[in-house]
Amino acid sequence: MAKRITAEGVGACYGSLQAIEGVTLTIEPKSVTALIGPSGCGKSTFLRTLNRMHEVIPGATVTGKVLLDNEDLYGEGVDAVAVRRTIGMVFQRPNPFPTMSIFDNVAAGLRLNGVKNKQLLEEAVERSLRGANLWNEVKDRLGKPGAGMSGGQQQRLCIARAIAVEPQVLLMDEPCSALDPISTLAIEDLMTDLKDRYTIVIVTHNMQQAARVSDSTGFFTIDGPGQPGRLVEIDATEKIFSNPTEKRTEDYITGRFG
Amino acid sequence: MSARTLETTTPALSSGGERLTRPFRLGLLAGTVLVSLLLFAVTNLQGRADFVVFLVIAYAIVQSIASFTLEGRRYAADRLLSLGVHLSLLAALIPLVAVLSYTVVKGVKKLDVPFLTHNLTGIGPLDTNGGEYHAIIGTLEMVIMAIVIAVPLGLLVAVYVTEYGRGWVASSVRFVIDVMTGIPSIVAGLFVFAFLVIGLKQGYSGFAAALSLTILMLPVVVRSSEEMIKLVPDELREASYALGIPKWKTIVRIVLPAASAGITTGVMLAIARVTGETAPLLLTAFVTPSTNTNPFQGKQTAIPTFIFDQAGQGQNITYDRAWAAALTLIIIVLALYVGARLLTRRNSLARR
Repeated sequence: MAKRITAEGVGACYGSLQAIEGVTLTIEPKSVTALIGPSGCGKSTFLRTLNRMHEVIPGATVTGKVLLDNEDLYGEGVDAVAVRRTIGMVFQRPNPFPTMSIFDNVAAGLRLNGVKNKQLLEEAVERSLRGANLWNEVKDRLGKPGAGMSGGQQQRLCIARAIAVEPQVLLMDEPCSALDPISTLAIEDLMTDLKDRYTIVIVTHNMQQAARVSDSTGFFTIDGPGQPGRLVEIDATEKIFSNPTEKRTEDYITGRFG
Repeated sequence: MSARTLETTTPALSSGGERLTRPFRLGLLAGTVLVSLLLFAVTNLQGRADFVVFLVIAYAIVQSIASFTLEGRRYAADRLLSLGVHLSLLAALIPLVAVLSYTVVKGVKKLDVPFLTHNLTGIGPLDTNGGEYHAIIGTLEMVIMAIVIAVPLGLLVAVYVTEYGRGWVASSVRFVIDVMTGIPSIVAGLFVFAFLVIGLKQGYSGFAAALSLTILMLPVVVRSSEEMIKLVPDELREASYALGIPKWKTIVRIVLPAASAGITTGVMLAIARVTGETAPLLLTAFVTPSTNTNPFQGKQTAIPTFIFDQAGQGQNITYDRAWAAALTLIIIVLALYVGARLLTRRNSLARR
């Protein structure tokens, strides 16, 4: 189920502004890869190029190649909608659909992709909510609106919604930055569970979080305002946090910069 | 100077019981009323409206002076502004309540079952029977046809402008819609009159009237829906795209439901606006005393044109008919509004 992602010389622009340039890296299947770096260094932009969400913004373009196993996501005839179904995404702020119940939120991805079988939907909803560690909290109020839950529950609902369509890869864009420490812990535990089945890429500002949950860590930085963001290095998390190859990584991690 | 600065930066936490209490203010008001009455009795000031204006200004001055001396500048300013806000609310409510209650009082006199179930065929200028059945039929047919054309079209244009349109095409569409908002209703009527009624020799019809109403409705529907769709956060669209849901389904199933309450309000305002239109109907459907259920052929009366016709005949009974029809019109618009509200409330889960 889980697949490998390989980025080859990926660059991304917003209109004439080059946000990232020349990013080449490999993300191993069934692992958690963390992307860290200072604000504005392009790590979120890079994450969004991995499931073709970047091009949703008017004027945004992508160069280079992103391979899912051996298939180029930007190749000719590749359907962006199909890519996003294969590579799910969880956003910084919990964004459940406000007009839908908890059940409908989780079922949305399947239902709006044409699954009508009620039993199939019920099974998928229960499996996904269990997968997101939310089932016991919400099983008695599946018909209630998803917007009525706490922030941490909403974020787990969004994760359940993302895994309900059974993606190969799960991208998380600062999924805990709007949450309190207890909810953060719940999400981090969840990531550890989920990596048995999915390839997970997480963007985070929290270096302790990267150290806690990830197997490998990539460090992005930016040389100055208006300059494109670049990948400095990517390596095993242990190595990045104890003995990084690059001086800039060490400066960032020890808090001398950024 | 320095003492004053000190006073404003570290105000006393307790106002020391010197505040203008409610009974005190009522006393002030009573005093002002008495003095004003006295002034109107002995000087050459006169007139009821003048008295009200005089009283309001006088009380504002008296209260400000009292508050300034007893409580200080900030309280005085607060009380003056609060007085102004409440008076404005009253001034805005008076015409609203007056129109509504006057219409109800005048309208119920003639509004009975025979009035709702008969038309004006064979009714002479002094006959007291006859009714607005034909006008109700006309209004319902015209407005429903206008809704059926303008609402889907307007929604689609709004979706185009917000979700698909880019560059000069979208901005020129928006500009044209803005210009259309300002079209006087008589011009819309004149256009349909010249184009369809005279130009294509179709003659007067309810359909022609519905078309002129559509021209008036469309820009209101587009603009209000556009604003509501814009309010739907991009995060919801992205969440939907990230699930691999195609754009059109995202719009139909995620964006439009999230905006539905606001869109309904906008559509209702548009409907309320055209239901009361009179001028374009006179040019496109004209007026007839008989019932015409076919909106595609022949003259048709609507409630506004019925009111116009009856009020213009200058008899007591025709005035009564006009008032009763006016009340019917208000009831129809109100019923539509309440119905639409209930419909969106049932659909939007967040309100449960």
